[in-house]
Amino acid sequence: MIEIKNLSKTFTLHNQGGVVIPVMDAAELSVARGECVALTGASGAGKSTLMRMIYGNYLAAAGSIVVDGVDVVTAEPREILALRREVLGYVSQFLRVVPRVPTLDVVAEPLLAVGVETEVARDRARDLLARLNIPERLWSLSPTSFSGGEQQRVNIARGFAHTYPAMLLDEPTASLDAANRETVLSLIEEAKARGAAIVGIFHDEAARERVCDREIDVAVFTPGVAA
Amino acid sequence: MSDYNFAYLDEQTKRMIRRAILKGLAIPGYQVPFASREMPMPYGWGTGGVQVSAATLTPEDTLKVIDQGADDTTNAVSIRKFFEKTAGVDTTEETAQASVIQTRHRIPEEDLREDQILVYQVPIPEPLRFLEPSEIETRKMHSLEEYGLMHVKLYEDIAKHGAIATSYAYPVKVEGRYVMDPSPIPKFDNPKMEMAAIQLFGAGREQRIYALPPYCQVVSLDFEDFPFEASKADHPCDMCGATDSYLDEIIMDDAGNRMFVCSDTDYCASRRKAGHVGAQAAAASVALKETAA
Amino acid sequence: MTPLLKVENISKFYGHRIGCKDVNFDLYPGEVMGIVGESGSGKSTLLNCLAGHLDPDTGEVLFEMRDGAMRDTVTMSEPERRMLSRTDWAFVHQHARDGLRMNVSAGGNVGERLMAVGARHYGNIREEAVDWLGRVEISETRVDDRPTQFSGGMQQRLQIARNLVTGPRLVFMDEPTGGLDVSVQARLLDLLRGLVREMGLSAIIVTHDLAVVRLLADRLMVMKDSHVVETGLTDQVLDDPQHAYTQLLVSSVLQV
Repeated sequence: MIEIKNLSKTFTLHNQGGVVIPVMDAAELSVARGECVALTGASGAGKSTLMRMIYGNYLAAAGSIVVDGVDVVTAEPREILALRREVLGYVSQFLRVVPRVPTLDVVAEPLLAVGVETEVARDRARDLLARLNIPERLWSLSPTSFSGGEQQRVNIARGFAHTYPAMLLDEPTASLDAANRETVLSLIEEAKARGAAIVGIFHDEAARERVCDREIDVAVFTPGVAA
Repeated sequence: MSDYNFAYLDEQTKRMIRRAILKGLAIPGYQVPFASREMPMPYGWGTGGVQVSAATLTPEDTLKVIDQGADDTTNAVSIRKFFEKTAGVDTTEETAQASVIQTRHRIPEEDLREDQILVYQVPIPEPLRFLEPSEIETRKMHSLEEYGLMHVKLYEDIAKHGAIATSYAYPVKVEGRYVMDPSPIPKFDNPKMEMAAIQLFGAGREQRIYALPPYCQVVSLDFEDFPFEASKADHPCDMCGATDSYLDEIIMDDAGNRMFVCSDTDYCASRRKAGHVGAQAAAASVALKETAA
Repeated sequence: MTPLLKVENISKFYGHRIGCKDVNFDLYPGEVMGIVGESGSGKSTLLNCLAGHLDPDTGEVLFEMRDGAMRDTVTMSEPERRMLSRTDWAFVHQHARDGLRMNVSAGGNVGERLMAVGARHYGNIREEAVDWLGRVEISETRVDDRPTQFSGGMQQRLQIARNLVTGPRLVFMDEPTGGLDVSVQARLLDLLRGLVREMGLSAIIVTHDLAVVRLLADRLMVMKDSHVVETGLTDQVLDDPQHAYTQLLVSSVLQV
C-alpha cells in the first residue's frame, strides 16, 4: 500500500547563510494492507519528517513514495489532494480548523468530502465523538475553544471518520487518559482489521507493542549515521 | 427683417446640428454628441430643443411651442417669441396647423401627421445615468446592449412602492436595440411615441441629440408580473369633459377644492369650441346665467 | 479531467516596469488557488489580467466554455468577455463598495446579475435574491435596505451573494477578507469554504494573509518582483518552503 524507495530529504535555509541540512538519505519502507509499522528513533531523527513526506506536506529531494499507485513525490497538487481525500488519512498532533465551525461538522467533514450524505456523515461523527467521550453539549461548539486534550480527541475522531485504506498517526495516544487511550487503540485495531496500512509514531511503548507489527528505526536513514 | 441670421444660429452650426439629427434618425435611440452652442437663455430652459428647432425650421414653417402641454406658459411664450423675432416664421397654438412643434415634457393629444416634426427639450438624455455615473461605462453599456441595470431601477421602484412608481421619463427600448430616455414626458404619453411624425430630442447642456423616425417601434420596459401601464388621473376633464386626455390637477382654494383639466390647452380649447362641456364648466355657466337673470 | 483555465505565458508591462512576467498554470474544476506575495509583487496585476480587467502584453488565458471548447479570453471580443464576467465568472473585490451599487437595495444588487442575463419576472428575481441573502446569512428583512446601512462584513457577504447568484464556475477574489476584523474574517472564510464545496467552484484568491490561504486554498503560487517563485500544494509550500523569499515570508508571520 505504501512503498518508499531511496528517499532523501534536505533542508536549505536560504535566510541563514544558505545552510544545507541533509536530514534523510536512502530511506526505504514498505507497508502492506492490514499492517501497522511504528517509526522509532530519538527526537530529531526524522520520524515526523518522513511522515510529512508521505503525506506530501514536505517535498522530497529524491526517491519515490508510492501510495496506492500514486507517487507523492512527483504528483500534481490535485492528485495529492485526491489521495488525501480518498486514501490517505493523517492524524496530526494539532487540530487545525476554520474557526466557528461546530465540532460535529469538523468531524463529519472528511466524509462529506468523499460524497457521503450529510446525515450519514453526522451519525458517524456522533458515534465517534461519543466513543471518545466528548460531551454532547460541546458538539455544536467550535473546537477552537476546547482544552488541549479535547481538541486532540476531536482531531482523532476526524481522522478516523472516513475509513481510509492508509493512515498516518502522529502520537495518537499522547496525553490521553486510560479510557480514551483504550478507545484510540481499538480504533487502530479496527482500522487494521479492515485492511488499512498504518504508519505511526508512538512514544507510548505499551501502545506500540499492542498495535504495531514492526518497528523501523529512522536513525538508519539519517545521513552520516547509517553508513 | 431682423439682424439675426435666420433662426439665430449661423449656417455652419445649423449644418452641424442637421448632421447630428440625420445620424440620430439613422440610428433610432442612439445619443449623438454635438457641439451645443451658448444660447441666449439659461440651461434648463430648452437650449437643446431650441437648437434642434433652429436647425429644422425653414421660412415656410409654422411653429408651435408647448410647455407641459400649454401654449401660454412662460417657457412656451418666450421660445415662440424668440423664433418670431429671429426667424420671422409663422406661429400657431393649433396642433394641426403647426409643421414644427417644440415641446417640454408632453406630446400633444391630437395625433401628429407625417408632415410634422416634434422637437423635445431634454434635461438628462442618459437613461442609465442615475445608476451608473460613469459616461465611459454607460456608453459601453449601450454599445454592448447591457441593459440589465435599467431593470434594476424598476426593481427598486417595485421593492419600495409595490409598483413601478416611475411616472415620467419612463425608459423605452427603441426598435429592439437602444434604451432611450423619452425626456420627462408622463408615461401616459409613452405609447404615443409610435407615431407618424418625426421626433427629435435635444439636450443642450449634455450636448446630445437623438431621434425617432416615423413609425419607429418604441417599447416601454417592464416586468412580466408588473406590466407597463400608461396611467393618468382617473377623472374626465372638468372643462371639456374629455376622458382620453392627460390631466393637470389644479387646487382651487384653501378648502381643498380642485379640478382636473387637460394639460394640452389647444386640445381642450378646440373641444370646448366644438361644444363639449365638462362638469365644472357646466356648473360655472349655469351660475353665470343665474346672475345674468 | 481537463482544466477549467489554462494560463500560458502571461506578462504585463507598464512601460519599462514589469507588472507580471511569464506566468503559467492550469486550474482544474473545483480547485482553489491562492496567490500570495507582498504589495507590488504583481499578484493583483496578474489577477486583473486573468479576469479581463487588464490587457496582458503576452500570453493566453484559455477558459473552458460551457460547450467544452477552450477559448482565449484575451483575444475574444469584449461583448463575449463581458458576458462571461456576468455569467461564468465572478469577481469579489477587496472593498465591497467597488463591487456593489451602494445606492441600490440589497435585493437589487443581487438581482442585477439575473436581470443582466434576461430575468424579467420581478417575483422570481426577488425570491432568488432573498434565497441568496439567506445563504450568506443576511436576514430577509434587510432585502430592501441599501448596502450603506450594512456593516463591512455584511457588505462583503452581499458582494459574494451578488456574484454567485448566476452560478459562476470561476471566482476571482482580491483580498476578500482584507479590512475586516478577525472574527468577521473567520465567518466569511467559513462561508466561502462551504459555498466553494457546495457549488463545486474553482477560485483564484489573491491575498497576503497566509492564514487565509491555508484555510481556503488547495494550491499556492508565491509571487515576488513580478515573477512566480514557487508553486505547490498549499500546506507543502507553507510548511516546507523551497525558495528564499517564501522562507522569509513564512518565517515573518507573527505567531499568536
